[in-house]
Amino acid sequence: MSFVSSGFILFLSVLFILYYAVPKKAQWLLLLIFSCVFYAFAGIQFLSYVVLAAFTAWFTTGRMHKVQLEQSEYLKIHKSEMSRDDKKVYKTRMKKRQRLWLIIALIATIGMLAVVKYTDFMIANINTVLSAFKSQTSISFLNIALPLGMSFYTFQTVGYIIDVYRGKHPPEKNYLKTLLFVSFFPQMIQGPISRFSDLAPDLFGKHQFAADQFAMGVQRILWGFFKKMVIADRVLAAVNTIFQEPSAYRGTYVLVGMVFYALQLYADFTGGIDITIGIAQSLGIGLKENFERPFFAKNTAEYWRRWHITMGTWFRDYIFYPLSVSQPMLKLSTGARRRLGTALGKRVPVYLATIIVWFTTGLWHGASWNFVVWGLLNGLVIIISQEFTPFYDWFHKKFAVSERLWFRMFQVFRTFFLMSSIRLLDCYRDVGLTFKQYVSMFTEFGLQVFIDGSLLKLGLNTADYLILLIGTFMLISVSMIQRSGSVRENIARKPLLLRYAMFALLFVVIIIFGAYGIGYDANQFIYNQF
Amino acid sequence: MEQMIEILNNLHPEIDFMTCKTLIDDKILDSFDIVSIVTEINNEFDVAVPAEEIVPENFNSAQALQAMVDRLLDD
Amino acid sequence: MSQIGKKKLIVINAVALVVIFAVLLFLQELMMPKFMTEIPEGALISEYYEHKGDNDVILIGDCEAYESVSPVTLWEDYGVSSYIVGSAQQLIWQSYYLLEEVLRYEKPEVVVFNVLAMQYDEPQSEPYNRMSIDGMRIGLPKIKSALASMLPEETLASYMFPLLRYHSRWQELEQEDWEYLFKRDQKSHNGFLMRVDVRPVETVPKGRVLADYNFGENSWKYLEMMTELCRENDIELVLMKAPSLYPYWYPEWEDQIEEYARDNDLLYLNYLELADDIGIDFSQDTYDAGLHMNLSGAEKISEHLGHVLQQNYDLQDRRNEADMIAKWQPKVDFYYNMRAAQYDDLEKYGYLKNFGGRPPETIKE
Repeated sequence: MSFVSSGFILFLSVLFILYYAVPKKAQWLLLLIFSCVFYAFAGIQFLSYVVLAAFTAWFTTGRMHKVQLEQSEYLKIHKSEMSRDDKKVYKTRMKKRQRLWLIIALIATIGMLAVVKYTDFMIANINTVLSAFKSQTSISFLNIALPLGMSFYTFQTVGYIIDVYRGKHPPEKNYLKTLLFVSFFPQMIQGPISRFSDLAPDLFGKHQFAADQFAMGVQRILWGFFKKMVIADRVLAAVNTIFQEPSAYRGTYVLVGMVFYALQLYADFTGGIDITIGIAQSLGIGLKENFERPFFAKNTAEYWRRWHITMGTWFRDYIFYPLSVSQPMLKLSTGARRRLGTALGKRVPVYLATIIVWFTTGLWHGASWNFVVWGLLNGLVIIISQEFTPFYDWFHKKFAVSERLWFRMFQVFRTFFLMSSIRLLDCYRDVGLTFKQYVSMFTEFGLQVFIDGSLLKLGLNTADYLILLIGTFMLISVSMIQRSGSVRENIARKPLLLRYAMFALLFVVIIIFGAYGIGYDANQFIYNQF
Repeated sequence: MEQMIEILNNLHPEIDFMTCKTLIDDKILDSFDIVSIVTEINNEFDVAVPAEEIVPENFNSAQALQAMVDRLLDD
Repeated sequence: MSQIGKKKLIVINAVALVVIFAVLLFLQELMMPKFMTEIPEGALISEYYEHKGDNDVILIGDCEAYESVSPVTLWEDYGVSSYIVGSAQQLIWQSYYLLEEVLRYEKPEVVVFNVLAMQYDEPQSEPYNRMSIDGMRIGLPKIKSALASMLPEETLASYMFPLLRYHSRWQELEQEDWEYLFKRDQKSHNGFLMRVDVRPVETVPKGRVLADYNFGENSWKYLEMMTELCRENDIELVLMKAPSLYPYWYPEWEDQIEEYARDNDLLYLNYLELADDIGIDFSQDTYDAGLHMNLSGAEKISEHLGHVLQQNYDLQDRRNEADMIAKWQPKVDFYYNMRAAQYDDLEKYGYLKNFGGRPPETIKE
């Protein structure tokens, strides 16, 4: 069920009404039922994956917790008679028992994702190697359909399991509640990836209907629909034209496509997140923000702290930190320092971890090499800019431009351009082709595309461009205002009638200017058959 | 404590680590800095900081860092 | 917000919702195609509601229904009150649900169904769906018709709220969209679309060889439902095939319809076979080389149809009922005025410029 469908609106309306009509203690159960229904719409067979992932999480965290309880009980009783070393030995032993369950849990959850999402990618690579050796045999693909949102709920589940293992919070005892945490439908399609400790109190709590909260939620949903339907789905036509026929659209078109894709991806992704967070807010549930005006970032690292934030922090907390502070890494660091000197040596673990994280991030985005290269390039850019830090420091000391508006704008554009360039890998889905097209952008650049009407042949007419222009202007304006405070809270302080007018206007704008449905074409009616 | 301040000063000489209590909240330390700090602590204090200790509460100030190290040493 | 009383808040909410709803309704009216200057067949279904009630005969079906019979002739010659609920490429389930819709307002003595629609077993084309369904008032028949007709990319919501379908027409709004925002001109004569121009039959294309000449399961299902619906309501169902030479009416199809009519004791009038008897002249009586009847062809058929119906079903001659005369006189006047206007057009422009005609040079042979 797509967010942008009349079926989903109906689904949501029924949920909203029932949610505040049922007894408060049954609200979470209602959410669970609706989440399962939502999932079943994508394919009833997919539901079993979620049920299984939740079961794994519930069962293994329960076991871990048992060990944790046993440990604290034991330590309490034997506190006085144990020496520090005794305690250390005991704790290590208990940690080992917990680790066993952790490993089982990770193999089960990540294993499921790996098999479903990456088997065919592996097979394709093996086949490439085989054919390189002139072998006649090749392995056939499994062609398993990827269950809806599997990448997202798997990460959320893994985060939960690790948090219990780390003793950050006790596990959820109720299996059905664990299942709801894993399957909560608004964040199923594209996140955010929530932490149990953030989400659980709201998710399982009792919620009284609060008109202003509800209105705020609906307002956010509308804003999301505006971004998705009016902007993203409209510019999509041109994006598809440009990237589906690379040989016809080279040179300047690549630049146009790059900018359009940035707009499309941003409007679609953040719009989807707005809808998700809006739905949750209407239900009285707070979700973490996933974006913080990423296109205003002044460098790549900052961009990634602002774009898809919950994914970034997930990789940081569950892969980057554990990896870079692990014993082997620390040993590597000490060794590297001895051989390469302190300055260079201490970078080895950090950079190694960075590369691994970005390799994984790329792979997580999609099971193909273009995504891996995309991830590695991101990591590379971050490492390079880290290496340039002394130069930047020197530069800024010498030329005091860092606070100048034009310089900040230069930084923003530079980051935007760099990120958009790397993102081309996502558009062409082929590493070689992407580089060829990218080079053509410089070698075959020309301005005539902008004036000879070529832009009107991409699937967008003048009216479409006008809407996109106004829509983009609105996006940028809202972001600008956000820097000095919440736009939504500002609106909430306005008189009721004015707010209503804004609501209504936004609603009408979406209905009229949204790019949805069957485009009406009177020419189709030409009476030639009957 | 002096040792800790020195580790931090090497990373960001411009910050007054004796008084700053919002190293994470104000995004003064990034993830690269944090890993450097953990590596330095490992070298200087000979104590391993496990990943689960990397939370804002432990890294927001020099004092918090020192308290964490003391606790880990004591464990 | 706390200063505002609860009662006042409810009032504000209610008023705001009504206003938003009204605005959307206005936009919907504005965006929907009006079919006033071009493609008049799009306006047909909605016109029924202005003429509903007290019709002795209802005709349903596709273009062959609304181009082949003239209700004014039936009235003038036999005193029979009739209406054609026809639309372009009306599929049989659309016909069925339109009949259900008609039965909400009146109960005719006779229903005539043009059987060409039996050839389609599945939904065909979105624009034609729209012409058959958009004109219906919201209700169960409309919902059922939409559900039966939708192609995969269509949604029920867009039939309930056509604004969802036509919203992007803001780019193409024309003067007629404003002019006809709240009113419509009458385009048909009780469902009959008049054309006085002539384009004789020159060659008759042969029918394509089909893989299967049996009508589809769905078509049969709805024909049976229609038969049953008429039986339940004490309505005589008559099957009719207009004398169009093309699309080709296969002998195998004819056999199936004849057999069905026999089995169910229905009258079946095949005007392809009756054409010679009633004097249809394919060099004079068609406006598009044999696809559709023009006015003179339709009047000839109506002559015959009226006679047969009156003979078989004992239809009253109502030309002596004062209220019927009052109802029909304006229709008759409109009929002859339009006929005169169409001849004027032919004289002035050589084609029916103001009546959905196209310049001869644009018509492919």
